[in-house]
Amino acid sequence: MTPVLQAQQLGKRYGRRWALRDCTLEIPKGHVTGLVGPNGAGKTTLLKLASGQLTPSEGELRVLGEEPGTSPQVGFVAQDTPVYAGLTIADHLTLGARLNSTWDARLAADRIARLELDPKRKARKLSGGERAQLALTLGLAKRPELLILDEPVASLDPLARREFLQGLMEATAADEFGVVLSSHLIADLERVCDFLIVLVDSRVRVAGEVDALLGSHHRLTGPRRDPDRLPSDQYVVSARHTDRQSTYVIRTDEPILDPAWVVTPLTLEDLVLAYMERRPAAGRRAGLEVLR
Amino acid sequence: MIWLTWRQFRSSAVLTAALLAVCAAVLALTGPDLADRYAQGVAACVADDTCDRFFDRFFGEHQLLFVLVGFVLLALPALIGLFWGAPLITRELEAGTHLLVWNQGVSRARWLAVKLGFIGLVAVAMACVAGLVVTWWSRPLDSSAMPELAQMTPVVFGARGVAPMGYAAFAFVLGVTVGMLVRRTLTAMALTLVVFVAVQVAMPTLVRPHFMTPVTATHELGRVNVGGLHVQQGGGEVRIAVQPAVPGAAGAWVLSSVLLDPSGRVIAGDGQDAPVAASGTSGPCSPQGGGAALDACWAEINALGYRQRALYHPIERFWPFQWIETGIYAGLTLGLTWFSFWLLRRRLS
Repeated sequence: MTPVLQAQQLGKRYGRRWALRDCTLEIPKGHVTGLVGPNGAGKTTLLKLASGQLTPSEGELRVLGEEPGTSPQVGFVAQDTPVYAGLTIADHLTLGARLNSTWDARLAADRIARLELDPKRKARKLSGGERAQLALTLGLAKRPELLILDEPVASLDPLARREFLQGLMEATAADEFGVVLSSHLIADLERVCDFLIVLVDSRVRVAGEVDALLGSHHRLTGPRRDPDRLPSDQYVVSARHTDRQSTYVIRTDEPILDPAWVVTPLTLEDLVLAYMERRPAAGRRAGLEVLR
Repeated sequence: MIWLTWRQFRSSAVLTAALLAVCAAVLALTGPDLADRYAQGVAACVADDTCDRFFDRFFGEHQLLFVLVGFVLLALPALIGLFWGAPLITRELEAGTHLLVWNQGVSRARWLAVKLGFIGLVAVAMACVAGLVVTWWSRPLDSSAMPELAQMTPVVFGARGVAPMGYAAFAFVLGVTVGMLVRRTLTAMALTLVVFVAVQVAMPTLVRPHFMTPVTATHELGRVNVGGLHVQQGGGEVRIAVQPAVPGAAGAWVLSSVLLDPSGRVIAGDGQDAPVAASGTSGPCSPQGGGAALDACWAEINALGYRQRALYHPIERFWPFQWIETGIYAGLTLGLTWFSFWLLRRRLS
């Protein structure tokens, strides 16, 4: 099966600054993928590359097995869910119907009706949440195989945020299509994603299925110890020391045998935060990038 | 894509079309009357050879409207560039809606092509209608205009014929391109205005005079080409100045008009006056000679050997110049269009 997205050494440079570097990853089919990272980490750049709005400075990228931007099967909802302020909701649906080769008018109309939006309303009079729903409707009615959403809920209040993500979930449950959405808030993604990519400082720090990631990452708490003295199959993601105590977040596929450690499971948020932390300077293997 | 372009553009298009229609209606209603009165006036003045005076009076009566109409037509392309061209892309960039539309299965190149082509055509069509209506309406006035507002002079030339089409197309694409470069509506509008005005000033001052080699000719002095005659109180030296007009070439664009003394030396340049060796105390040029004897005064000065040397483009070159000018603007428009597509590929994302 062709992966939804496949990147090889992908990089994008603006002048002398790299917005994205050494990005090698593969997103298999049938996932809702969350792309997390702090602001300015390169999330938007990666998504714009994937939707063909930018061309890579180096490396290779395939979306649905094709050059990005060529496939009509890729939908994109841009940051802050832009819509035409002067146009009505009905105008937006006409716009979608006229500009797209594939368009599900029924789906679009149904969604608008279910959201209890008046098609005659101008987009400028919509609330942030309603605007985002409209943009999502445009993306969905295109019937894409892959829908890319760039920070779709960043500017929404918690309720609108939940409704938006719920709408997205219902749509993915009804039709089989891949979703990649970015956010700088892990909580948004926790509910909806089953695949996770953490992007920090324009590099991919970790990518993989959420269950597998949670299964292979652990927090170790115990008497103070240098990272050098950890078993070689344990990759240090983050480390914190007090005078007597050390706390490590490690990744390993092997069982942890050392009885000195108290092992606790990580939540997705802990895991992401561990990767977002500055890499510990002393760590021998710290900062090693973990893929899959 | 045409549907979307029209949907976004229709309110301003309808507004502009309505304003232009009102202006056109005013011209259409006053035009025939104007032409009638001109024809009658000319028929009457030819008989007693007072057409100069009729022309002055007729033009004077309508000068305000004449200048106003010309001004509106000169401003139209600038307004198109400012309000249609500059915001066309910047508005989308500011609202982020270009990202919405680029992801609706329409390629960027097509998006820009439709926007440029469709609105550009509307702009050119409007300028074409406006230019031709004004040309038709102002024919009687152009035939009677004072030399400073002759049909070939820069301010009038640009508000006649087909040139407004070229200006409109250029201003529109200029606005779009500037908008793509600076990405902010207000900055783009200001910059578009500055650049467009600069081009509109540079064209008649630097380029248009060289479309063809100007005609150089030496003329006897007369009431057409002499702008002023000054005789000092109580008789004294007689000073005359030539004006930018050429006998027998009404409507011409006079680039230079100088006064030559009998030896052929230039004694007064454009707008200057110089003493001539005619007597101001007695004879036809003296104040006692009076207005009726003015022709005799010119005859005396001509007999002394004073001449006007003029460098000008005659009115016969009006249409060739119009087409050359329109062609140049069309070329500039094409160049800018190419540049805007280049910017779209390279810069915009």
